[in-house]
Amino acid sequence: MTGDRGTAEAVELGCPACREVVYPGEEFCEACGQRLDPHSGSAPVRLRRCTGCAATTIDADGYCEHCGLRQPADRDHVEVELPDGAAAGVSDRGLRYSRNEDALAIAPWRGGVAVVVCDGVGSSPRPEDASEAAAETAVASLVAALDDGTDAESAMRTAIARAGDAVAALAGSPNEAPSCTLVATVVAPGAVTVGWVGDSRAYWLAASAGGSRRLTDDDSWAAAMVAEGALTEAEAEAHPNAHVITAWLGADAEDIAPHVRTHPVEGPGAVVVCSDGLWNYLPEPEQLTDVLTAASGAPPQAVPPLEAAGLLVRHALDAGGRDNVTVAVVPVPQAPAAQDAPCANSSVPPTTEQPR
Amino acid sequence: MSDQPQFTVKVDQNKYLPVGGREVHAIVSVESSGGARAGGAAAEAAEVIIIDTSGSMSYPDSKLQAAIEAAQVAVDTLRDGVHFAVIAGSNDAKLVYPGGPPLVRADAATRRKARVALARLQAGGGTAIGSWLRLADELFDAHQDGIRHAILLTDGMNQHETPDQLDAVLQRCSGRFVCDCRGVGTNWEVAELRKIASALLGSVDIVADPADLVADFQAMTEAAMGKAVADVMLRVWTPKTAAVKFVKQVMPSVEDLTGRRVEAAPQAGDYPIGAWGAESRDYHVCVEVPPAAVGTELRAAWIKLVLPGTADRAEQVLATGNVLAQWTDDEAQSTKINPRVAHYTGQAELAQAIQEGLAAREAGDLDTATARLARAVRLADEAGNDAITSMLRKVVDVVDPATGTVRLRKNVDKADVMSLDTRSTKTVRTRRGEG
Repeated sequence: MTGDRGTAEAVELGCPACREVVYPGEEFCEACGQRLDPHSGSAPVRLRRCTGCAATTIDADGYCEHCGLRQPADRDHVEVELPDGAAAGVSDRGLRYSRNEDALAIAPWRGGVAVVVCDGVGSSPRPEDASEAAAETAVASLVAALDDGTDAESAMRTAIARAGDAVAALAGSPNEAPSCTLVATVVAPGAVTVGWVGDSRAYWLAASAGGSRRLTDDDSWAAAMVAEGALTEAEAEAHPNAHVITAWLGADAEDIAPHVRTHPVEGPGAVVVCSDGLWNYLPEPEQLTDVLTAASGAPPQAVPPLEAAGLLVRHALDAGGRDNVTVAVVPVPQAPAAQDAPCANSSVPPTTEQPR
Repeated sequence: MSDQPQFTVKVDQNKYLPVGGREVHAIVSVESSGGARAGGAAAEAAEVIIIDTSGSMSYPDSKLQAAIEAAQVAVDTLRDGVHFAVIAGSNDAKLVYPGGPPLVRADAATRRKARVALARLQAGGGTAIGSWLRLADELFDAHQDGIRHAILLTDGMNQHETPDQLDAVLQRCSGRFVCDCRGVGTNWEVAELRKIASALLGSVDIVADPADLVADFQAMTEAAMGKAVADVMLRVWTPKTAAVKFVKQVMPSVEDLTGRRVEAAPQAGDYPIGAWGAESRDYHVCVEVPPAAVGTELRAAWIKLVLPGTADRAEQVLATGNVLAQWTDDEAQSTKINPRVAHYTGQAELAQAIQEGLAAREAGDLDTATARLARAVRLADEAGNDAITSMLRKVVDVVDPATGTVRLRKNVDKADVMSLDTRSTKTVRTRRGEG
């Protein structure tokens, strides 16, 4: 993620007229004769190469003019990392969808970290706009309220309401309503507050055996059937309707009643926030822990969060990547009173103040 | 050019391909609206009317009289300022009006003189259509920047020149002017006139009864006067690794344009689609792409509607559209055939079934004729092409519409067979109650 020499050299410059490669110091393009003058608006441009055939002819619509391949959009693979490994997340298009309709937002506040994951509803128009608006709105609202001293649960309710308004505002009409799910977590010293609408999830992965648990209950048909006692969990999951969601953000949603809960957590452990692109493959918290420890040999909170999120996304892709997949990880180290753990992250104070 | 029509391109397709899938189909709808007739200066235009005056036109004499009246009405329908001429065709071509090149501008005086010259026409001699077209081509020479349209009327077969001579003229004239062709009576050959119309991007139709010529010529001329822009090209870009399988006009009639491709740019070919007024036409484009991994999305074709540049005007892109391909292992997505692709595929097969059926009937192969025309009956019904269904029923008796069982009719009027053949390529846009 850092700007080393490798990435600096990877930037290719090209002629603004014909997009042939040009080199520093050249005054004219050797291919077409275009003058290369940064002061008269004909400066060399940064070349974008096709991910398929390496041609430099990518048109404004994002297609290669040589092989026709649609170029990956900015959101096809997103990695976010807070300084000092306080939290990180990865969002990926997956293998079956043409675009990433998930959105991810992570921000520090003065007592910890706020994370929002949203999953655009595929049957609605412009779901990718809905998830992006919801995630950005919610995280901004959370950080502002928390920094003002608002308690986490109130901040959460306000943030979800604002996200809901932002998504509803995208709709041309109730029949043309972009919509999405939302799960948000506020990680504070000793507690994790979660709020959600839909079937995106948060988990607590404890370092100690038996302490891991899911922090959210899906707003889904399957969950409703199980809650009513009509079906067992296995029966409900096997039903074609299992993943039909029963609540969402959008102009066509009835009164949005977010679930908000606060869970006390005693570290060490890690909070995982994800879309169903991950939990379809790994529904149980122990499975998430197993994937992380199997790959890294470390307990969940000791795996650097960007690596942890990457490992979980990779697992979903290797398992088929049928959906967009988004994973955020917030490590929660031991309480300050406890002894330092012998791992790289121990230098991070548990209540990192991030002035950014 | 504010008097130019507004063009739109719309692409209808199912972009999803199964694993290993190669063939991408799309219906490209081109529509133009507004333009010269809406006000402002009309486009420069040239019109040449070609009347067959071979000896057979006087059997009966009313045929020549009807042709003269029709040509007179066409002249009267010309807009003021349109350059025009009238040609009489027999063993060779003669200028009826004006007395010699070049074309003259239409006004009250020139229209009156043309009417008088037409009235003096007499029938005699043979039929050499190539020579008539060659004269028209020479007359259009000075008008290549504007709209160029000809009307060709004949009542017989092209007997007084060789097919090679005609083909050479068609090759020369192709792209130089648009020609709508009409056969009057029933002694002309459908395939021959279709070939001429097709090469010159025009329509072909039968006017079995000479009395109907006047209305037909008036409609044709009015349509020609409505054209606002000439020589439009459908440009098809494809990826380096892909190939165009075919480009067909499918509305208002089926016309295979695949062989008309002119290379326009790297990876792009132009298909000439003639002159446009306010109208809409549909094209079926099929591209073959190399299979790619599930999830990969490709622009399989980039459609551009192009007005080629001239000495004083740069090339103009009027509208664009994307034909996409995306591989999926979800069969629910990849097996869904786009309804418009299916609709026009059926009608292209319909035209073929009719033409093959009638050819077999002519050759005495009654089994093939029955089978092909039975297929045609079913396809016409599926497409909701009622005009063709009613023409088919004049040639075959439908025993069972459900199974498509038919019996060839005896004592069929030759005009009905020729009408069915000539109009076999006419398509309908949608079934009743759909789209």
